[in-house]
Amino acid sequence: MSDVFKVEALSKAFGGLTVSRNISLAMKAGARVALIGPNGAGKTTFVNLVIGQLRADTGRILIGEQDVTRLGVVPRVRQGLVRTFQVTRLFSDMTPEEHLILTVLQREGRASRILGGFRSDSTVTGEVEGLLAALGLLEVARRKVGEIAYGQQRLLEIAIALALKPKVLLLDEPAAGVPQSETPRIERALERLPPSLAVLMIEHDMDLVFRFAKHVVVLAAGEIIFEGLPSEVAANAKVREAYLGSYADARKHA
Amino acid sequence: MQIEADTRSIPALPKHRGGAWRDVAGILLIAVAGAAGYFLFPDSLALLTRVTALAMLALSLDLVVGYCGVATLGQAALFGAGAYAAGIACVSGVTEPLSLLLIGAVAGAAAGLVMGGIMLRAHGLAQLVLSIAIVQLFHEAANKASSYTGGSDGLAGLTVGPLFGIFAFDLWGRTAYLLGVVILVAVFAALKFVVASPFGMMCRGIKEDPIRIRSMGAFVSPVLLKMFVISGAVAGTGGALAAISTQVVGLDSVSFELSANALVMLVLGGIGTLYGAIVGTIIFMAFEHVVSAINPFHWMTMVGALLIAVVIAAPRGLGGLVARLWTPSRHGERP
Repeated sequence: MSDVFKVEALSKAFGGLTVSRNISLAMKAGARVALIGPNGAGKTTFVNLVIGQLRADTGRILIGEQDVTRLGVVPRVRQGLVRTFQVTRLFSDMTPEEHLILTVLQREGRASRILGGFRSDSTVTGEVEGLLAALGLLEVARRKVGEIAYGQQRLLEIAIALALKPKVLLLDEPAAGVPQSETPRIERALERLPPSLAVLMIEHDMDLVFRFAKHVVVLAAGEIIFEGLPSEVAANAKVREAYLGSYADARKHA
Repeated sequence: MQIEADTRSIPALPKHRGGAWRDVAGILLIAVAGAAGYFLFPDSLALLTRVTALAMLALSLDLVVGYCGVATLGQAALFGAGAYAAGIACVSGVTEPLSLLLIGAVAGAAAGLVMGGIMLRAHGLAQLVLSIAIVQLFHEAANKASSYTGGSDGLAGLTVGPLFGIFAFDLWGRTAYLLGVVILVAVFAALKFVVASPFGMMCRGIKEDPIRIRSMGAFVSPVLLKMFVISGAVAGTGGALAAISTQVVGLDSVSFELSANALVMLVLGGIGTLYGAIVGTIIFMAFEHVVSAINPFHWMTMVGALLIAVVIAAPRGLGGLVARLWTPSRHGERP
């Protein structure tokens, strides 16, 4: 099976500071990869390079066979590379239903039309209802987003991403800021992601990483220092030193 | 790709209802208010006609400011483009009023395309400054091209033919006023449709978070430019109506001052509702009319005081205040 998403020798420097050094990563359809690393490891820079917010100095990014290295954010989304945001970016005056209708229409290239109202199309409303149901958002579908719980807003972020029918999904800390009581809902939603979708998750919550990922990549100081199974990551000396080691030390001193 | 959902357990969302009827009621209300003006103030129809023309300017500004979040202090450039286009066409021999309105709309749309094309290259303060620069350039162009525009003397001598070949533009301004009300109601209804469309929703999304819209795979600028063109058509129609009804086009119709006044009207009435644009125009013009008669030197001071009071006491404008009192708060929802 060929890779749906590939990063080849990606590097980025701001002045003299190299924030991404020779990063390579490949994902096949259905991949569940977690990207972890201590603060300042370059995870956010990597996300911005991948989605096209930042331009890489060297290296290539491919979605399927398509080289998207020179493309901006919007064309990459249209190629099937979709991200969620670490802090929700939603329209507080619109309802979840409206968010999803707009997203589906946008995917179909109909969102900037004036004629042909947006609630009349039954295939669109059907798809939106399906998404709302899949993520357990039906009860709040008609409430303004500003009024619903933060955990539900995070689920809506995921629903919007799915409505774009991505090939590759980049989840930027999907459980960040969600109260402990609501994380199981996020986790359930992640478990039910379409099996064929390649998912790259950036996450701090180690429990979530170990349950979700089949493959873990550790980034430290802009470099990949480990790539392998979740069960091996904790045993790796380099990782312990760069990341988990700090916890162990903290515990020793405590 | 399919979302795995248990279809049996989906309680289908109920059908939407209510929204359209509120819009119909609102449009009827404007039409009734327009008719009431005709009977209540038969001696002030010229002023009321100017209200309808300026209401279209305020509406056009609401599209850009209220629905797209693009701040502009140059909206009169589009109004003036429509006014001068209609005026020049009229002097050149096109006297059919509806054709003149159409010419004004097309000229306004073209000016909107130019203005949007320039303004959308910048953001924030730079964008605002560009809008002022553009209206000043339009103003200077109208001033210098005096062989076409009459320069600072204004373009006079417009003789508009009768509407439908029957209703002449009489001395009391009855025809002009009724034409203005009908056009305003039609434009308002069309704009209600536009802002409720997916396109209108997209614009509101861009206003709130352009990064989110981009990450949904949509380019932002073409959507905004489209709104600029629509806004230009509306402002141009207003300009043409002003030209037809007064039979003269002056440099003030393409001035920074008029642009700023339009923004004041919009803030008074409430931004982002369309109703606010009309309410604000009526309040501003009534205020100007009444207060300037009492004290011609300080009426702008009074407008300033009113503006401060509105911004502090009713930040969503007087239109927003009325809407809040009118709409009963429903269970579980904020009023």
